[in-house]
This record gives sequence, structure tokens and C-alpha cells, in this order.
Amino acid sequence: MNLILFGLLNIVGILLMLVIGAALLTWIERRLLGFWQDRRGPNRVGPFGSLQVVADMIKILFKQDWIPPFADPVVFVLAPAVVMVAALLAFAVVPVTPSIGIAGNLNIGILFFLAMTSLSVYSVVLAGWASNNKYSLLGGMRAAAQMVSYEVFMGLALIGVVMLTGSFSLADIVRAQQELWFVVPQFLGFIVFMIAGIAETHRLPFDLPEGENELGAGFHTEYSSMKFGMFFVGEYIGIILVSAMIVILFFGGWQGPLLPPILWFAIKTGAFVGFFILLRAALPRPRYDQLMAYGWKLMLPLSLLNIAVTGAVMLTH
Amino acid sequence: MLSSIRTLWYTFLHLFHHSETVQYPEQMPYLAPRYRGRIVLSRDPDGEERCVSCYLCAVACPVDCISLQKTEEDGRWYPEWFRINFSRCIFCGFCEEACPTYAIQLTPDFEMSEYERENLIYEKEDLLISGTGKYPDYSFYRVSGLAIPGKGKGEAERERPPIDTRALLP
Ligand code: SF4
Ligand code: SF4
Repeated sequence: MNLILFGLLNIVGILLMLVIGAALLTWIERRLLGFWQDRRGPNRVGPFGSLQVVADMIKILFKQDWIPPFADPVVFVLAPAVVMVAALLAFAVVPVTPSIGIAGNLNIGILFFLAMTSLSVYSVVLAGWASNNKYSLLGGMRAAAQMVSYEVFMGLALIGVVMLTGSFSLADIVRAQQELWFVVPQFLGFIVFMIAGIAETHRLPFDLPEGENELGAGFHTEYSSMKFGMFFVGEYIGIILVSAMIVILFFGGWQGPLLPPILWFAIKTGAFVGFFILLRAALPRPRYDQLMAYGWKLMLPLSLLNIAVTGAVMLTH
Repeated sequence: MLSSIRTLWYTFLHLFHHSETVQYPEQMPYLAPRYRGRIVLSRDPDGEERCVSCYLCAVACPVDCISLQKTEEDGRWYPEWFRINFSRCIFCGFCEEACPTYAIQLTPDFEMSEYERENLIYEKEDLLISGTGKYPDYSFYRVSGLAIPGKGKGEAERERPPIDTRALLP
């Protein structure tokens, strides 16, 4: 009985943390971007502007929820839900600390994570398709091509970590980093995974599916109100997810001296979320063919090389 | 790749830079004396209206937001009414340039928001100020050759009496 209660608490707690965290991120991102551009960012509503989130929520909830008459209504409504559900489900396998986390010990944790992030492609493609709008469709197509190709070496980049640990379970991977964080032996894997992660969440500089200056808003051009909000929140949950995965796979997860595990996890994840935002502030968007060439001609060989070298080193030991 | 990392680093350093933002309502920005803001109609040093209803400002205005009606009193021309639609005005200052009497002037004030569009149509009473604006000494009727009550032909500043072209004297 106690176990079930604890499990439920875990689930509700993580869900709440994620949704609130994602909402807060919309404010944190704008403030950080402001600082990096020598501005202030939103600082009017509440202390330091932190209630901006509430104001935005009220605004977005009361906007007209419009389904274009030319759209396919069922798919159109379904698409934004998919992205949020997929991102939230992927969090089921994230071990925040040894005790907090829904299924951190799942023995196919990494595969589950990869599967869920792949599912979010559907949301984008379906949104682009159902909108029945050229720009949306172009955005959706771009997203599909980008995510399918970056998915390939996202998986490959993790193989090195799995080989070193000998397990697909994320909790085991964290425990294997007791002495040495995997970022040291798996530096190449870390770089490749991070770049793939940015592409996976289609954040800048890889935000071609929604490149504002070419495609309107890309796949979510036709979306309004909370349906747009779900894409938005889904994107931020995606950022948190990828940051958390980087921390778990390469930076020792909850492990760290002195502070309690949950704090270490939050600090590390927060640092990577900040890095994601910094990327947005600093880097321009590449051309689409550059993005593809970069993926297939540079990243894929690099990740293969990483696997080969890791394998060779393990064999000689 | 290296340049990207350098860009990232430089951008990060901006976290410690001074913010350029002027926190407007609490902290007023400096407005130059020649800032082009709210338009006023000024008076000459004698306290009379400067505008002589020549319509030049209305003609010069690129967005046609000035309208006025001429009227005459004792040989002097006045605008019967003078209306500027500030919801259209682009504060280009062309009207000020066009005005031959320095009557219409732009001032360093931009805080004129309204909740209703109609309130942005300023009438002559709203525009007319009691002072002389940027040109304290200028008075059109004192330098122009036009005869008005109290000042005949040839009595204006730097003006000689008119020559009687029919007289035989040299
Ligand atoms: S400032 Fe320009 S737009 Fe405004 S009233 Fe004068 S001429 Fe017209
Ligand atoms: S140009 Fe000057 S004098 Fe002429 S109508 Fe306009 S404000 Fe009056």
C-alpha cells in the first residue's frame, strides 16, 4: 500500500515539476535572452517579472481557439497532444535520484527514451499535414527529415555509454559513473548526443521546422490558443528532457558531493537548460542542406568512430 | 566550429554587461530640445496667434492630418478652427519646416496616449499655447509688409516707406 502511494506521489510530483518547470522556463528563457542581449527581459509582473508566466497563461487560455475550416480537425487537435504526451512519457524512465523517478530501473530505459522522442516526430508531421497549409507542410517535412536523420546518430552516440555500462537501464548508467563521469571517456559521444538533442527538440540553431523568417511559424503556423501553448510547453519539456538525459548519461546524474542528490540533479540539468538558451542567443541558423550534410557527413561518421574506438579500447583491456 | 564556441563565450559574457534598457515610466529618457513630439501652435511676443492660415502646413503634411479654416479680422488672418489628427501624424516635422510664421512647432513630449481614437484629434484650443515656443522674438506682422490696424504700409521693421511711383521727385 505504501509502495503504491509512494509511486503515485512520485508520478504526480514529477508531472507537476515538469509542467511548472516548463512554464517557468518560458520566463527564464526570455530573461536570460534579455541579459545576453543587454536588455532586461520581462521584469514588470510580480517580483523580477516571475508572474509573467501567469499573465501569459491567462492570455493564452483566453485566446480564440480556432480550427481552420480547411484543416483536418481530428488530426489537427491530436497533433499538439502527441508532442506533450511523448515528452512527458519519456520522463518516466528518468531516474532523478535513487528513490525519485517513476521507472528509473527499467531495463530498456534508453530504448524507451529513444522511442518516445521518435514519437514526437509524428506530432510535428501531423500538425504540418493537418493544417493544410503550404508553410506548415514544409515545416512538417523539414522536421521529419531532420529528426529522422538526427535520430540515427542520437542512438549511435549512446551505444558507447551502453557498452561501458553493460546495461540499458538509466539508473545503472548513473551508478556506473561513481568514479568517473562518462563525459571523459565518451567525450565524442557527448558532443554528438548533445547536438542531436538540440536537433531533436528543434531548438535554435536547428529550428528549421519553424524558421520564422522563411516559413511563418512552420508547422504550428495555424495553431492558436492552448493548442499552440501545448507545442510551446512540449518544446520546453523536450529541452528539460534532453538536458536531464545529458546529465544522466554523461555527467553522473544525481551524484555529487555534499549537496543532496536531487539538488545536484537540478543544478546540472539547469546548467544544460541554460546552455540551450545560450545557444539560441548566440548562434545563427544553418541552411537546410548544410544541416543535412552536417548530420550525415560529419556526425554519423563521428558517432561510428566513437563506437569503434570504445569497442577497441574495451577489447584491449 | 571554433568561431561558434567563441561566439557562445562572448554572448555569455554579456550576462555581466550593463543593461542598455531605460526603465521608461520610472526613468525618463533624455529628449533633445529639437525632439519631434506633440505639436503646438505658438503665439508671437505680443500674445497674438502666429498662425496666419496660409495652409502651407496642411499642404506639406504627407499624411494629410492637418485641417484648418481661414477667417479674417481687421486685416489679419486667423484659423477659425485648426485640427490635427494625431492618430495619423507621423511626427515628421514637415509642417514646422513649411510654416512661414514659426506658428506650428513640434515639442519634446510624446506622452499623449488615449484609450479612444477620437481623443487624439486635437482642436485649436488644445494646440494653442500662450508662449512663443522656440522663437521668442519673431513676430510675422512686424516684419511683413502687410498693412494691419496700427501698422501702415512701410512701417514694419527694416522696411522703408513705399515709393510713390507716380511722383516726379527723384
Ligand atoms: S509632423 Fe508631419 S505628419 Fe505630423 S502634422 Fe506635421 S507634417 Fe503632418
Ligand atoms: S503653415 Fe503655419 S501659418 Fe500656415 S496655416 Fe500652418 S501653422 Fe498656420
